[in-house]
Amino acid sequence: MPKMTMVQALNLALRQEMEKDDRVVVLGEDVGVDGGVFRVTEGLIDRFGPDRVLDTPLAESAIVGMSIGMAVYGLRPVCEIQFSGFTYLNFHQIECHASRLRHRSQGRFTVPMVLRTPYGGNVRALEHHSESREAFYAHMPGLKMVIPSSPRNARALLVSAIRDPDPVIFFEPKAVYRAFREEVPEEEETFPIGQSVLLREGRHVTLITYGALVRPTLEAAERLSKEDGIEADVIDLLTLSPLDDTLFVNSAKKTGRVVIVHEAPRSYGPGAELVARLVERAFYYLEAPVRRLTGFDVIMPLFAREKAYFPNPGRIARAVKETLEVAA
Amino acid sequence: MPRKPLEVDSPLEFLAILDEEGLVDESLEPKLSQDLLLKLYRFMVLGRRFDERMLQLQRQGRIGTFAPIKGQEASQLGAVAALEPRDWMVPCFRETAAQLWRGTPMESVLLYFGGFDEGGRIPEGQKDLPVAIPVASQLLHAVGLAWAAKYRKTDEVAMTFFGDGATSEGDFHEALNFAAVYQTPTVFVCQNNQWAISIPRSKQTRSRTLAQKALAYEMPGIQVDGNDVLAVYTAAKEAVDRARSGGGPTFIECVTYRMAMHTTADDPSRYRSEEEVAQWARKDPIIRFEKYLIAKGLLDSKAIEAMALEADSAIQQAVKRYEELSQTLGDPLQMFDHHFEQLPAHLLEQREELRRYLKEEEEETRHA
Ligand SMILES: Cc1ncc(C[n+]2csc(CCOP(=O)(O)OP(=O)(O)O)c2C)c(N)n1
Repeated sequence: MPKMTMVQALNLALRQEMEKDDRVVVLGEDVGVDGGVFRVTEGLIDRFGPDRVLDTPLAESAIVGMSIGMAVYGLRPVCEIQFSGFTYLNFHQIECHASRLRHRSQGRFTVPMVLRTPYGGNVRALEHHSESREAFYAHMPGLKMVIPSSPRNARALLVSAIRDPDPVIFFEPKAVYRAFREEVPEEEETFPIGQSVLLREGRHVTLITYGALVRPTLEAAERLSKEDGIEADVIDLLTLSPLDDTLFVNSAKKTGRVVIVHEAPRSYGPGAELVARLVERAFYYLEAPVRRLTGFDVIMPLFAREKAYFPNPGRIARAVKETLEVAA
Repeated sequence: MPRKPLEVDSPLEFLAILDEEGLVDESLEPKLSQDLLLKLYRFMVLGRRFDERMLQLQRQGRIGTFAPIKGQEASQLGAVAALEPRDWMVPCFRETAAQLWRGTPMESVLLYFGGFDEGGRIPEGQKDLPVAIPVASQLLHAVGLAWAAKYRKTDEVAMTFFGDGATSEGDFHEALNFAAVYQTPTVFVCQNNQWAISIPRSKQTRSRTLAQKALAYEMPGIQVDGNDVLAVYTAAKEAVDRARSGGGPTFIECVTYRMAMHTTADDPSRYRSEEEVAQWARKDPIIRFEKYLIAKGLLDSKAIEAMALEADSAIQQAVKRYEELSQTLGDPLQMFDHHFEQLPAHLLEQREELRRYLKEEEEETRHA
């Protein structure tokens, strides 16, 4: 199996789906000749031509609104919004149309589109290029919200997203884009949207995370195991909506202790939903308060201070130890 | 029932005054003072050399990504020179030269692109907004500022800058429309530098000119040679004067060229040819203005050299101040500052949480 970065794996998913299905079209700013500013769409225009790989004018609302129309008429548009910080310009199209056309038309029209966009920090980027606002989309009825964490699951999930009959928001952690390589099979691979995975098994505590923070969380789990004999279940959510709560609720029932890790700001963030589900479904099993280790409720600082903003393995490990110290 | 051409007047013009050889059309030449001419030249040189220095710093990892201005000095400075200090200037992210003219210190620009939020601070009294990264979003602010100026019965003007790509965003059209409907004293300066990252102007819009977009909103529009500082100044001055005297908004398209990469994260060789860049290099705004000033007897090689040296030494000092400041500005707790007039309880708590993490991390590294 070839080893790929997440960028290459996403490119593979797009290329193979476009080969297989001529309803799949790609559109966005700089996705054609330039191959996308992160090169996810590299080479697609040479292979499929400018009718299937559209270099659009600079207008996010138009890109998404047009994708909705294409999807209604049976195409499978995969649009790219250059940075998640610019999806606010198309937010209205997602909220008022993509997410609700199926319901508004009582099933007559559907919107099988994917909106891909890089999100998150730690790449020394400009203002508006580093924040994590996945909660905006996970909060929206009628929408699926996916966040891969590695090359292989990114590829498999993007294929599933493209084939999904409903609109999918696909947030790509740009800190992972080229951070490491992983074996990705050449042959087709899909992964169900709405299912999370257990990456590591342990009995003392449950760590729940997703996206760019999966690796630091695994590193913390590794360290805890080696240095302190603490064994953690580590769960990668992969889909924020619909949320697979069975896996993490069962894990919490087993361990009794939970630490949630995400880079989005804390208040009303994805962690809040996880805590609610735990309280609703595993309250009597919990032996300590659920701990949220998250970004702060501040405007994402420019990059000179961004490191301090993110949960890192040291902080994760300490949060786990503090959670374990609470007497049952 | 007639079927006849609509009566839409086209007051659109193209304006050029100073050609590539530095020859001037005397009938159009603006009567500018010696001081202003030399100041324009000085800032064009400063802008260019500062840009080159920033590129070096970025390549050395001493600042982060930024958008170079090389080639656009005349567009920015010709326009902003038509403003008074009491007017507003609303930039996007590629207005370094205009910012310097207005009084933003070089070290602020360095701090901002160096990743320090302090770089966004505008000196007290200077009526500029900070850099706007979301394309076209800032145009509406200029309309609001201008409306407020009118409401307050001042004669102030708001000038805003943006690129050719920005003309595709909804915000652009909404801003022009509001400005025209409310007849706000707004000057829209489009730096048509031919590219929006990899998308050429011809694929951004089917319009033959960007200036003609003004027609749809019933406001004066003009296209100028954006590498000709005299033409840009003339158009901007007319627009500012009109706005100041109650004549409403104007749209100016400066035809110019982005000679460097879009930002330092971009590789222009993927989408444009060297020949194209070389062609535009011959239209360099600084060279032609220099020739004009020499012919006028305002500059000679000695003065040119002196100004370059002066610019370099100012840049050198700014870089030094930036590096000193960046040493002292390390405290990450600053990320909690300036969100509200009074820090709410939950943020105080989170600030304390970060302080504790940082202390623990420091101890950890000390023990390691
Ligand atoms: C709303 C929004 N979408 C996308 C981007 C990413 N982006 C930054 S600059 C740019 C191109 C801008 O082109 P133009 O308006 O012509 O200005 P120029 O950069 O050429 O000066 C793009 C797509 C952004 N900053 N804001």
